[in-house]
Amino acid sequence: MINLPLLPIIIPLLTGVILMFFPRYLKGQRIVSIISTILTVCASIYLVLTVRSNGILTVTLGSWPAPFGITLVSDMLSALLVTTTSILVLCIIWYAIAYLSDAYQRYYYFIAVQFLLVGVNGAFTTGDIFNMFVFFEVFLISSYVLIVLGGKPAQLRESLKYLLINVISSALFVMTVAFLYGIIGSLSMADISQKITEIGQPAILNVIALLFLIVFGLKGAIFPLYFWLPGSYQVPPTPVLALFGALLTKVGVYGILRTYSLFFSNEIGTIHQILSVLALSTIIIGVIGALATRDAKQIIIYNIIVAVGVILYGVSLMTPQALEGAIFYLLHDMVIKAALFLLVGIMVGIAGSTKLKDMGGMIKAFPVLGWTFFIAALSLAGIPPLSGFIGKFLIVRGGIEAGELVGPIIVLLSSLLVLYSVVQLFMRAFWGIPKPYSGEKQALVSRLLAPAIALVALSVLYGVGAEAMRPLIQQAVEPLTNPTLYIDAVLKGGR
Amino acid sequence: MKKQAKKHTNDVILESATSFITFIIFLFAVYLFFAGHYTPGGGFIGGLVTASALVLILLAYDIKTLRRILPFDYKWITALGMLIAVLTASGALVFNVPFFTHAHDYFNLPLFGKTSLHTAMLFDLGVYLVVVGVTMTIIQTIGESD
Repeated sequence: MINLPLLPIIIPLLTGVILMFFPRYLKGQRIVSIISTILTVCASIYLVLTVRSNGILTVTLGSWPAPFGITLVSDMLSALLVTTTSILVLCIIWYAIAYLSDAYQRYYYFIAVQFLLVGVNGAFTTGDIFNMFVFFEVFLISSYVLIVLGGKPAQLRESLKYLLINVISSALFVMTVAFLYGIIGSLSMADISQKITEIGQPAILNVIALLFLIVFGLKGAIFPLYFWLPGSYQVPPTPVLALFGALLTKVGVYGILRTYSLFFSNEIGTIHQILSVLALSTIIIGVIGALATRDAKQIIIYNIIVAVGVILYGVSLMTPQALEGAIFYLLHDMVIKAALFLLVGIMVGIAGSTKLKDMGGMIKAFPVLGWTFFIAALSLAGIPPLSGFIGKFLIVRGGIEAGELVGPIIVLLSSLLVLYSVVQLFMRAFWGIPKPYSGEKQALVSRLLAPAIALVALSVLYGVGAEAMRPLIQQAVEPLTNPTLYIDAVLKGGR
Repeated sequence: MKKQAKKHTNDVILESATSFITFIIFLFAVYLFFAGHYTPGGGFIGGLVTASALVLILLAYDIKTLRRILPFDYKWITALGMLIAVLTASGALVFNVPFFTHAHDYFNLPLFGKTSLHTAMLFDLGVYLVVVGVTMTIIQTIGESD
């Protein structure tokens, strides 16, 4: 089937449209969302298997030849990201059905989630830079809906900031694409890459590389463009926050990873040094935030920023090993962040407050929740048998082999401090003397736990089965270190 | 809404002008929609002009009158438009050609003679319905909220 790379985009798109016909019929909304997301997961897993055996898959829409039509490219990296995204969305919908009130769910919640899935899967799959912008807008507009849904005063305030920042960064994205088009005269990413190699990356392209860094950095929250994230992510309800925390910043990271490996790989110098410095600053800022706050949600939110820094540090090194580590860490981080947000959501639901001082002694009443959170916390920090280990290990080793010392040390220290911040959350919330809880979600804990445990189990499997994943990740690294593979697949393999 | 207080003013000229200007605008919208393939026009502008005809009715009369004339839920129209657009593009899946591959051919229609029919027009119809639906949903929602 030629259109296989499109299936993870079309299925949620069609679902979103069908769901629009009966927004008030809640049972139908839930059943259709769950079934179609399971189908998306199946399609994306099948996609991974096909890419594994057949190499990079491309479809150029409308049967036009490759640089002229919009090409969708599924290499192993995008197929793995699409699969992870689909699985996360499935678990989050499962969680949301129990967590959100019926009135909330009737207000187009499932429709917005399906369109968010369309946008994220599309942004991971597209091989056309302007089409990537369009898919960015698709998931951003869905995220505007989701962040404001509920209409609490804090949500209105923060959604205004979030919207403003994203409108500015989108305008900058369009301008950057316009500059690039003005110089190269093409929008197909493979074609751009080829032409940049031909003209040997003049200085103006370094300016464009920096503009891309600003654009994707605003989406992906790197230092010093992260300032909107802690406030905006504090306000939406947990099933929305988990979607945002696990997916949206990672699309920005993917944007940097793709453009820097495909477009600006000819001259690895200043640009990659700037990226490296910014990534390390991002780690430091994130760690400071995570240690300073006494708010359960904020601790995990600042940990998103730390992880973005770690992944981008791996990207900035541009060696096969560091890139392998970055991709390992990227996939791990998406899963574990979603799991942690779901778990923190349950804890906040029990305590009725996000403040650490209102929690305590939960392990007595909720032992399963406590130990699941403990495993997730260790996994986040990268304790060896669990999933965060291998990625960070490869990044650190890549850094040392590239002759750097400061970077690897910062990454290692950040692991320690991240572990401190989440274990502090664990100790304060689960140990000590039980407090009287006023949260409304106490009766729902067992229902809410199932998707969270599923995600933690997935992350443990990913850590234990790293050896089985490794060939896939290595296949994902190939087109990043050797863009010719990508270019040939698009320009020669496509119809 | 302050406008509702003076609903029964005698806007005879505005109302009677509206009743035939609306049809001219609507016909112009249909013309723009069909002209899109060879001359400037298409689904987006056609949809906006159609919506402007409906907005003129809203200005001359009120929301209830428009709802009596065209008893649609515009959110439903939006969904219908998107469904048409997505299904047109997905038709390619059935024939195992890349997504969005269009087909066209020439037909001898009874009234128009030799006409080229293109599936891109179905896609445009989807765009048209979405634009009308979204515009009217926005205007009605703002108009109804106090």
